[in-house]
Amino acid sequence: MTTAAFNSRRITQRAAFTFLILAAVVTVMPVLFIIVYTIVKGGGALSWGFLSEFPSLAGKAGGILPAIVGTFYLMLGTLVFALPIGVLTGIYLTEYARDNWLTRVINLAIVNLAGVPSIVFGLFGLSVFVLAFHFGLSLLAASLTLACQALAMVITTSREALLAVPRELREGSLAIGVSKWQTVRHIVLPQSLPGIITGAVLAISRAAGETAPILVVGAAFLLPALPQSPLDQFMALPYHLYTVSAHVPNMPEETIWGVALVLLIVVLSFDVLAAAIRIKTRQRK
Amino acid sequence: MLQQNTAPTAARVPGRGLKRRLRLGERVIEGWIFLAGMLAIVVLLGIIFILLKEGLPIFAHTNPWDFLFGTRWYPLAEPPVFGITPFFVSTLWVTLISTAVAVPVGVACAAYLSEVAPPKVSETVKPVIEILAGIPSVMMGFIGLALLSPFVQSLFNLPSGLCGLTAAIMLSLMSLPIIVSVSEDALHAVPKEFKEASYALGATKWETIWHVCIPSALSGIAAAIMLGVGRAIGETMTVLMVAGNALAVPASPTDPMTTMTAAIANSIGNAVRGGVQYQAIFAIGLVLFILTLAVNIIAERVLERQKRKFAR
Repeated sequence: MTTAAFNSRRITQRAAFTFLILAAVVTVMPVLFIIVYTIVKGGGALSWGFLSEFPSLAGKAGGILPAIVGTFYLMLGTLVFALPIGVLTGIYLTEYARDNWLTRVINLAIVNLAGVPSIVFGLFGLSVFVLAFHFGLSLLAASLTLACQALAMVITTSREALLAVPRELREGSLAIGVSKWQTVRHIVLPQSLPGIITGAVLAISRAAGETAPILVVGAAFLLPALPQSPLDQFMALPYHLYTVSAHVPNMPEETIWGVALVLLIVVLSFDVLAAAIRIKTRQRK
Repeated sequence: MLQQNTAPTAARVPGRGLKRRLRLGERVIEGWIFLAGMLAIVVLLGIIFILLKEGLPIFAHTNPWDFLFGTRWYPLAEPPVFGITPFFVSTLWVTLISTAVAVPVGVACAAYLSEVAPPKVSETVKPVIEILAGIPSVMMGFIGLALLSPFVQSLFNLPSGLCGLTAAIMLSLMSLPIIVSVSEDALHAVPKEFKEASYALGATKWETIWHVCIPSALSGIAAAIMLGVGRAIGETMTVLMVAGNALAVPASPTDPMTTMTAAIANSIGNAVRGGVQYQAIFAIGLVLFILTLAVNIIAERVLERQKRKFAR
């Protein structure tokens, strides 16, 4: 091979790698930019009053307390409905289900459920929970809707966590005469708990940021009081951000960025929590 | 298996009442586990049922051909007209552009992370991409509204920066994480022997990536692209906030647009339950559901094939 040909191949490689690095930079930069820019623009709006007061003047003044509280209720509601069902489904699929057509159908349903657009979940929630079940435009209806959406994710992460438990542990337990459920309950579940919790935290972080479904099942823009029961209407951070940024004219810019910053902090802190649990468990093993 | 073994002995030992009660308790729990397992199917079938039940009646008012290919959406006219072509074409534009941007960038980023980057770098970059996946869509919509749309407006000299192109750029950013992570998994699954054989033949690292790794991982990359497409078709808040919400059939990417998802979000609030507009909205939901379902099933099939390819 001549030196010239070798050099041209080296130059091609240099050019190609530059493109690859550029692609990575293009992927990473916007995230960092969005976070830093939001902190810079919205940081000034953050104050104790902003977090602890009710909004006034159509959200232009005052705080966003009810939106924060509403979002935490939604996260809690999603967790309450999606976690037990998701974990039980994970247990069914890893410990009980045989490799038959039913299991294949369940897996198919989970995969496709994960791909259903969030707005379609909104239509489903409106028709079933709001209207058919008569829950009205309420926290309960919205939580159930978000839980349906979170289900696929909780199932998938629980299943992965359960599958990661070594088979020998199960066999050891069964061999000394412990029943199947006792084995699952006392051996398999505790072992897979960190993985399950990671998935659940990620799922509620996702639920905290969801806007389209709660827009359909009736989040409110302004409410005079915090919700007192699951059947009350609610405000939520992402819906508040949508309304103040897209629908309220002459909104002070700093307030909008402030809402965006609070939303980002809520969502990302749960993501960080999930990552921390994952890293911690990996270290222990 | 074990229960079958213990059942006969349990009947013979003393204290069997307790054992039987324990076993009954377990049966109940296992029954619940089975029921929970069925719930994913129930929810998916429930969604299909609701969309059909609430959406299909619109075809008594507007025939399917006019609904799918009509170019006018006037829900408040007398009589109301429901044609979803403007929304369908908008979804097509936005999805095509965002995919065209996100795929080369995403695959290149995946190739960098899995083949080129030092481990330290990829360990730092991957969490950042995960953060990108975690940023709520309403936040991306707001960023598009506040920062990107003025930029697009002045760059293309448009009357408004709220247009399909702006939405597509934000969407491409949002579909990057899934494209990167699935492509990276696919590249990672390429057996080391393939690469070693290529190096042994004197190929450079880049030649190996281009002629060996990417072709071997092609079906996984295809699945990644499909998942990205599904993400873009179904995304609501970003397009609702930055695509411009015009009702005409868009002719160019810089036209204001209303995608199918945005059309649902825009009009569900003032539709009377059970009215023709309500039915028409659910019918849009049905079309959207069928589209994303098809995309997802293809992606799943392709991914399955990729997995089998290197499974030994």
